[in-house]
Amino acid sequence: MDINKLQRVSDYQWRIDPVNGMHVPGIIFASKELVLEMDDKVYQQVSNVARLPGIVNASYAMPDAHWGYGFPIGGVAAFDPEHGGVISAGGVGFDISCGVRTLHTGLTVQQVMTKQHELAEALYRNIPAGLGSTGLIHLNNREMDAMLNGGARWAVERGLGEEADLERIEEHGCMQGADPHQISDFAKKRQKDEMGTLGSGNHYLEVQKLVEIYDDDIAKVFGLKLNDVKISIHCGSRGLGHQIGTEFLKSMAVSAKEHGITLPDRELACAPINSNLGQRYIGAMRGAINCALANREIITHLTREAVKQVFPGIDLSLLYDVSHNTCKHEQHEVDGETKNLFVHRKGATRAYGPGHPSLPAALRHAGQPVLIGGTMGTASYILAGTKQSMQLAYGSACHGAGRSMSRRQASKLWTGRNVMQQLASKGILIRSPSLRGIAEEAPSAYKDVTAVVNAADQAGLSRLVAKLEPLICIKG
Amino acid sequence: MITPHWQHFEHQADIGIRGFGNNPAEAFEQAALAMSAIITELSLIKASSEIKIVCEEAEQDLLFVDWLNALIYEMATRHMLFSRFEVVIENRRLTASARGEPIDVKRHQPVVEIKGATYTELAVYESQGEWIAQCVVDV
Repeated sequence: MDINKLQRVSDYQWRIDPVNGMHVPGIIFASKELVLEMDDKVYQQVSNVARLPGIVNASYAMPDAHWGYGFPIGGVAAFDPEHGGVISAGGVGFDISCGVRTLHTGLTVQQVMTKQHELAEALYRNIPAGLGSTGLIHLNNREMDAMLNGGARWAVERGLGEEADLERIEEHGCMQGADPHQISDFAKKRQKDEMGTLGSGNHYLEVQKLVEIYDDDIAKVFGLKLNDVKISIHCGSRGLGHQIGTEFLKSMAVSAKEHGITLPDRELACAPINSNLGQRYIGAMRGAINCALANREIITHLTREAVKQVFPGIDLSLLYDVSHNTCKHEQHEVDGETKNLFVHRKGATRAYGPGHPSLPAALRHAGQPVLIGGTMGTASYILAGTKQSMQLAYGSACHGAGRSMSRRQASKLWTGRNVMQQLASKGILIRSPSLRGIAEEAPSAYKDVTAVVNAADQAGLSRLVAKLEPLICIKG
Repeated sequence: MITPHWQHFEHQADIGIRGFGNNPAEAFEQAALAMSAIITELSLIKASSEIKIVCEEAEQDLLFVDWLNALIYEMATRHMLFSRFEVVIENRRLTASARGEPIDVKRHQPVVEIKGATYTELAVYESQGEWIAQCVVDV
């Protein structure tokens, strides 16, 4: 991106002045180096979001921002329903409520390394991954609606999760206000065999070792120690979310004119929050959030079973579960006034600061755990939401590394086999149904996640707590 | 007359598909091949069973996205991959046949699942007698 088009606010904050129909400025949180690496499309997309009706404060981009669909990936924007604010299917994305959860294992690196291969096989056997894989659960219409209303709570009630997990999931595992009737039969049909499946692309399950702690006090509250082994799961709402995204994107694009909205880019398709279509999408999207929460809960259940096969008596507990493709109704202070806003986070993690009432009591004084996934060869990070982040971007932070290279380029440069061998020589085991998939997800095809989390920390969006490195990676 | 063909184009997070033909229908067929080629080698997909697809939409570029999304839906719910397409477009109505087979994970080694066709870089147009249909798909 051409940095000369931006006003420097600080070393980690850059401003796009509101021009040409922008209602608010654009704000990019990143180091100078990260800004220079960003695609020019990010500039355009941040500016376009600022042109949507009812946007409040600014159109934000997180340090990992890259070219997305309408919204940049790594985009955050809040809209006020009282001032014509909109909700955008593109601003949530196709993989609604895609997210990450991290589990404590209570095992040490030494314990896991004695049975690393066995554990990799057990996980790969137990967790359906990749295109065409189906879960063990097949939902009829009634159960589908119960799942869409109940989220992770539904899974727990069916014996596919643990009660104690629920308070450590956003919305306590169950997004209120879901409306299964707004979800088409197509979307439901696409989902009925996909519960408890990982999906493909950048989705994964990873066994990780904790290699560095940056904040001892918060690490203690989060239950993080050096040499611990954690398991992280990255996936979303599967076919259901994809189909809802597809259908509402079109409805919103086609009806924008009727709602008096001029779209700077068709992919920014949106509808007023206070419109029939807007409300229908909100009901459907909330159902998809529940689907993603239920899915991650079931995968956790399968993971627990797999770990027990190798390490009898070991039970996994949940640190936290975050979603990074959502739009949520939240209260925020704007110019000294409490406002009800619809906050879109597209490829951005909610990062509530210490004391927020929605956080579980045991974690509340430390701030929300912010889970940032890396690639299969690099590192993942755990951060914590800060007081400052509530003011900076509605309590939001980055979500991951972001690609630096297209899939095609990656598969030309590497083969799956040599990526696997290279990682094996570093002690990392990869299991995946597709060798080309491994090549396309090669660590070098991604940006440096360390630079991204450092920028999030320096910008004040979140505070660095700990670093994790992979031992085993199950790729879809 | 050109020989219908397809290509992929770059998108940072995802991938673009582009079909070329002598008319929109041929360009749509080629773009569908480009989409299947994201998932696996086309030569690995046997065209042994056939399904029918119908879409209706007045705007040609939206019809193109509907066509791709209909295929994505059929792939997802039938657990199939497709490698041969015949498209007919009359007025605003598209009727098509897609031939393929059930996914065989060992043989096809599917790389990614396609979530949806998007409006990014979406275009259906004629240039020097050649029809081009393209968009980015989210994977």
